[in-house]
Amino acid sequence: MGLDIRLHQPHNLRVGEGTFQGDRLDVDMSILVDRDSSIICQGITGKAGAFHTAQCLEYGTRMVGGVSPGKGGSQSEHGLPVFNTCHDAVAATGADVSMIFVPAPFAADAAMEAGDAGCSLVVLVTEGIPTLDMARARKFLDDKGILLLGPNCPGVITPGQCKVGIMPGYIHKPAEKGTKSIGIISRSGTLTYEAVWQCTTRGLAQSTCVGIGGDPIKGLNFTDLLQMFQDDEETDAIIMIGEIGGTDEEAAATYIERHVTKPVVAFIAGMTAPPGKRMGHAGAIISGGEGTASSKVAALKEAGVSVAESPATIGDTLTKLL
Amino acid sequence: MRLTFRQQALRPLVPIFPPWIDLSRQIPHNGRTVAGCVLWMRVLRAALSGRIGLTVRFGVRRYTDGFETQPTNGRYTMKVHEYQARTLLSEVGVPVPQSSVVDTVAQATDAYAAIGGKVVVKAQVFAGGRGKAGFVKLCDNADEVREAAEFMLSNRMVSVQTGAEGIAVKKLLIAAAVDIESEYYVAVVMDRTKRTPVVMVSREGGVEIEVVAKENPDAIVKRWLHPHMGLLGFQCAQLVAALNFTDKAQARAAGKVIRGLVDVFLKYDCALAEINPLVRTTDGEILAIDAKMTFDDNAVFRHKTLQDMFDPAEENALELRAKDHNLSYIPLDGNIGCLVNGAGLAMATMDLIKLHGGDPANFLDVGGSVTKEGAIEAFRIILSDKKVKGILVNIFGGIAKCDTIAEALIAAAQDLGFTVPVVVRLEGTNVDRARKLLAEAAIEQLIPADDLTDAAKKVCAKVA
Repeated sequence: MGLDIRLHQPHNLRVGEGTFQGDRLDVDMSILVDRDSSIICQGITGKAGAFHTAQCLEYGTRMVGGVSPGKGGSQSEHGLPVFNTCHDAVAATGADVSMIFVPAPFAADAAMEAGDAGCSLVVLVTEGIPTLDMARARKFLDDKGILLLGPNCPGVITPGQCKVGIMPGYIHKPAEKGTKSIGIISRSGTLTYEAVWQCTTRGLAQSTCVGIGGDPIKGLNFTDLLQMFQDDEETDAIIMIGEIGGTDEEAAATYIERHVTKPVVAFIAGMTAPPGKRMGHAGAIISGGEGTASSKVAALKEAGVSVAESPATIGDTLTKLL
Repeated sequence: MRLTFRQQALRPLVPIFPPWIDLSRQIPHNGRTVAGCVLWMRVLRAALSGRIGLTVRFGVRRYTDGFETQPTNGRYTMKVHEYQARTLLSEVGVPVPQSSVVDTVAQATDAYAAIGGKVVVKAQVFAGGRGKAGFVKLCDNADEVREAAEFMLSNRMVSVQTGAEGIAVKKLLIAAAVDIESEYYVAVVMDRTKRTPVVMVSREGGVEIEVVAKENPDAIVKRWLHPHMGLLGFQCAQLVAALNFTDKAQARAAGKVIRGLVDVFLKYDCALAEINPLVRTTDGEILAIDAKMTFDDNAVFRHKTLQDMFDPAEENALELRAKDHNLSYIPLDGNIGCLVNGAGLAMATMDLIKLHGGDPANFLDVGGSVTKEGAIEAFRIILSDKKVKGILVNIFGGIAKCDTIAEALIAAAQDLGFTVPVVVRLEGTNVDRARKLLAEAAIEQLIPADDLTDAAKKVCAKVA
């Protein structure tokens, strides 16, 4: 059933201002990654990189190599080839996705290197990257038409096929014929797991789960992914998990009202967060009356989205809707 | 009727008004009070007729108007003192009035001797409300400077933002007062939506920019930097044009200020760099009278200058201790301590406690790469808050591993001893090993929970 058709020709896909102007992909597939995606890990010899590469391999992801400057030519502890540069790695392995665990001071540069080397999707897991670095990296990747996910994000998983990131694999339920499957978009890592777990325990499979990350400047945003899920025939409903800070959720609400016909359930974290304080994530702050949870909830409700009152009722709200 | 500091300073010029005129009423057009407008008309008339010299001191208005009580930027970040912001600005060639920073009364009078004329003495603290608390003083002579310095250095400053105990003032800024002809606003701030810094200028300087943005958004002109190329020449020219200088030298000077501010922003990874007001003096000089800067916490590692400027005395001690262990901790008012991994889940856990009738005592995200020692420190920090009557541990393991938290829980129970009930909910990476460890340890105060709702209900019931 066309499962081998990938998101090819990535340079046709433009991300920016919430528009995804690529050709509509009318095949029944998950979004962003699937079993044919081949992945390299930048920072594969680091502690986090090595651990999570092992986890991804265990899940069945097609990990094809790693990058670690100065260690090219060797083999990683997983038996994967290690290269000095991303360009070498892509040339040798044909990888199309890069998963980055490089330390924050060098991570934005690593993302640009991955894009320059020809990866079509860059998953930036690293936390604590300077905002100006991200502004520059995002512009660089946008100009090349390369999709960026993150930074400060758990990554993306298409259950049963491909896990690129740090989420625990076992909590996910792969989509099967005849069952409903859910697409999940979230600014928070652990809160995504929470939503996934609630779906799985209620017998709802997931088509793809995407963590977009908690930084103020990031790659793929709610609107981009809402459009992908709307166009993805395998996705029956969408869960979006937002938090305080910024106006991305408000933009998503406007987008949902105009373009999304699939049922959407939302949860916004930070109802009790005090204004002016940065709540862990660099982007999670209420300032000048902007970015409050209540304004986001109001905008989403107005757009016809079912908003869960508590993080524990995301799954139930969805079951009721289906 | 309440006059602002600026108005009080010029009080002798205000005639006695009939009681039916409400001087504190705000004029909708510009947000100034009736008293303020009448005063200004009179001052200007007097100045024009040559009866008085128009001398208005130094950025006082913003402190009295509570400008600093409003965070103007999207991120809570490292701050620097006003005098430090001036240093950074003068480094890139932005002209600022002559000033010096002092720690003692003797130094203050020495500084006055060097500057002379009218000066303003300002306490260097982060908290707002300095003007109202009497910690910004306009002084005419050495005696007044000595008096002001003595007062500020020997008393703790108490304002709305400091709490009842107040804060000690360690440094004072003594700066020359200048004759202001007009005031402007210039700022660079990170725009999350456009994903690049934006330069904003306005001819309505000296007032709260949020007010201008709300009432007269057209008065603010914005140009977005190219993330790679920075401020382009034509953009700078357009910004200067928006400030409407007729004199070419003044326009050039303003352009230099704008470019300088952009340079500082990019060089030091600012979250906000703001000059308010930028003034034109009666002599036609362009000067940055007051500046405010905050910095991207994620980038402080690469700026030695900023690390040296960091003032730990101005930060919450517990928050700093948490930061040292890579924890992000924010104390709140409730009695249920939270230990969670992930900022989103931590916020959601707080929301959930509230939903079940409890009140969270803190936000605490242990982060992904949490170690056993870090998690023990987290328990220590939570327990050092005496309000805490119960703890909710909510871990959904991803990068963070459940067994690490379980080991920390067991160690904390042995080392610190839990005096309050601890409800534990674990899921995710290595959860089986974690459950086994906890079962073997059999900690008395520990209450396992199956899911989120169960955990919230249990902890709320325990503290109720």
